[in-house]
Amino acid sequence: MAIALSAITMLVLIVLFIIKEGLPFIFKIGITDFLLSTDWEPAAGKYGIFPMIAGSLWVTLGAILVGVPLGLAGAVFLSEFIPQWAMKTIKPTIELLAGIPSVVYGFIGVMVLAPLIREYLGGPGLSIMAASIILGIMILPTVMSISIDSIKAVPNSYREGAFALGATHWQTIHMVVIPAARSGIIAGIILGLGRAIGETMAVIMVAGNAVKLPNSPLDSVRTLTANIALEMGYATGMHRQALFATGVVLLIIIMLLNYIAMTAIRDRGKKK
Amino acid sequence: MEGDYKFRINNLNVFWGKAQALRSISIDIPANRILGIIGPSGSGKTVFLRSLNRMNDLVPEISVEGRILLDGEDIYHPDVDPVKLRKRVGMVFALPVPLPASIYDNIVFSPSLFRIRDRKKLNHLVETSLTSAFLWDEVKDRLKTSALRLSGGQQQRLCLARVLAMEPEVILLDEPCSGLDPISTAAIEDALGILKKNFTIILVTNNTKQAARVADNTAFFLMSEMIEYGATEQIFTMPRDKRTNDYVTGRFG
Amino acid sequence: MTVHPRYTQTIAIFVLTLLTVLTLAVLVFIIVFVFGKGLPYISYDFLFAKPEDMGRSGGIFPTLIGTVILPLFAIIIATPLGVGTAVYLTEYTRENRITRIIRFGADCLAGIPSIIFGLFGFIFFVTTLRMGWSIMSGSLTLVFMILPTIIRTSEEAIKAVPYSYREVSFSLGATLWQTVRKVVLPNALPGIVTGIMLSIGRSIGETAAVIFTAGSSLRMPHSIFDSIRTMSVHFYILAREGISNKNAYATAAVLIISILIINLISYWMMNMFIAKKTK
Repeated sequence: MAIALSAITMLVLIVLFIIKEGLPFIFKIGITDFLLSTDWEPAAGKYGIFPMIAGSLWVTLGAILVGVPLGLAGAVFLSEFIPQWAMKTIKPTIELLAGIPSVVYGFIGVMVLAPLIREYLGGPGLSIMAASIILGIMILPTVMSISIDSIKAVPNSYREGAFALGATHWQTIHMVVIPAARSGIIAGIILGLGRAIGETMAVIMVAGNAVKLPNSPLDSVRTLTANIALEMGYATGMHRQALFATGVVLLIIIMLLNYIAMTAIRDRGKKK
Repeated sequence: MEGDYKFRINNLNVFWGKAQALRSISIDIPANRILGIIGPSGSGKTVFLRSLNRMNDLVPEISVEGRILLDGEDIYHPDVDPVKLRKRVGMVFALPVPLPASIYDNIVFSPSLFRIRDRKKLNHLVETSLTSAFLWDEVKDRLKTSALRLSGGQQQRLCLARVLAMEPEVILLDEPCSGLDPISTAAIEDALGILKKNFTIILVTNNTKQAARVADNTAFFLMSEMIEYGATEQIFTMPRDKRTNDYVTGRFG
Repeated sequence: MTVHPRYTQTIAIFVLTLLTVLTLAVLVFIIVFVFGKGLPYISYDFLFAKPEDMGRSGGIFPTLIGTVILPLFAIIIATPLGVGTAVYLTEYTRENRITRIIRFGADCLAGIPSIIFGLFGFIFFVTTLRMGWSIMSGSLTLVFMILPTIIRTSEEAIKAVPYSYREVSFSLGATLWQTVRKVVLPNALPGIVTGIMLSIGRSIGETAAVIFTAGSSLRMPHSIFDSIRTMSVHFYILAREGISNKNAYATAAVLIISILIINLISYWMMNMFIAKKTK
């Protein structure tokens, strides 16, 4: 019984300590100044995190745009058109990729992707686009393997029913299989989303980390997570509190996302 | 119905949520005899059986009222430990459920719970219980192989042997032959005929002929009530209740 | 205008194939690229020698130790907590307010980004509990991070054990605890092991939560209160500060190989288990 309460105790501890360090600071600076000001100059006592909020949202959106279509297409193709024996090697490979440390993905972004973007599309290379693509690739295995599992879980009788009514394989997939697997697919996407918005080290390596509002996908940008990790090493006093306050904002965004995800899944469960 | 009684049950009522699963059942069950319980499915036979070793405790929706005395002792008394009770009252389920382990380990599961560690004693228990369940000759050379590889009929005899190794006083069987072929069924029936010397046996069955073949006494359950109870011969040849007559002659159920 | 279903099908399958090939190509490229650049530099000396000049030359031995020790300690602490929670949730209680709160806690914990764990570990273990940047602080922070995974996978595995096994166990005179120990846990073991392996993999790859709690000292630790650097942190520092691309690639290759080994071990254990069950 006491053991069973460990998880909730840990959650409370984390939230408590992050808030204790961060919240007083937010009230001292003022919520609107902290959230909506675009000036982040800790040395001059200016603490506005709006560019980082924008950065996090842009990069996450980009990652979704890259990762979800690819992941879904891959999942549908692999689970519907590939023989069982081939899946036996492909699925473990995908799971291996999910286990590769994020810093490795970040490094490949720096060494391969950023130079390509700089050369062919312009800008500094380290940019929203680079971060989106790298994060998109990073969440691919997650989105894919959960989607494959939920597509595989759709009973074969559904497919047979659709075929018996004269549907083509593709019609069966998009009218029967995908709707039936929807809640699993959504869970996969949301997990991927959480991983993208929370990712830190890979993003630091490829996003460029400039504190300004971006004008195009080729601009450099700094995310909330990067802001914390970049300055945590040397920050003291007010500055350190500002980073914890950034953590509070990040925590609230994540909690909101989780809440939306959980209610979405629960409502779907009720409808059935 | 002579001799001493193993179970004396008085005004037993069982509720499943708001529905009543058993209605004022009173029955005395003699020791070292086979009691057959017959009746159509849904008549409360299984719930009755599971009241006798308090397996019903595991289903929170079920509540039990009335008195069940085992050797004169109320088994629902707060001081009674259901775990100790179940050691005295063993049970074989409708579908054979071998645990995913070797034949040997299945048999010694219960003895090892009670801290019997002596290899010789365990080996002896395995041999005697498998012999009593008419399975020893078929498996004596492969005791260490998985029980899951036995056939359905062998698995059910393994389950019977597993209960015997617990050395209980009463054995409850819940339609033990419902999924078995005639040869395995005959093997189990033969085993029961010998086992009743040492055990009190209560056999729930959907197969009225089986009750006629092996039971000393028979009770007929219908729609949560016990309609009639008597010596097997009397139930099958001159039942007092018309509904019993209809059932045993195959007019319904 | 309507298009014949057969053409839609052809187009759809073409697009799906294209996207899948692209996806697999990218993923395979990553592994091939890292191995191509890194494998040539891996040698006995690289693995088992001390680093020289901030990691510019020499080996990675202390970081190898860090990569083994940190996840190991975390697993030793998190497994009893996680499996215990899962057993409590599935066997000892029915759905009620408390189980909902526990599940909610685990779900929320699972969604928290690693940098927040890093922040928390820094303020709680490193500063408030005065453990400093150390193996202790790092492992305890990892415990927080991996606990939800272990709870979830163990719970799924325990739920997958057929109810009839429990019934048989009870009918043979077992207590609830004996049933859990002798029937439920052994049969849930492969699932539990998978969860543990997943957690080890995640701990090995973690950077943000570790760098602020275990620190990044390249010296060999002498006690659990010494700072240590894991391979992931080492790789990050090498790559980010441009110390040595050559050694960064080699470290990345070692990292991927470790993950590969862990995955292989869990597959192997899984198959062993299934084989043993039906022997």
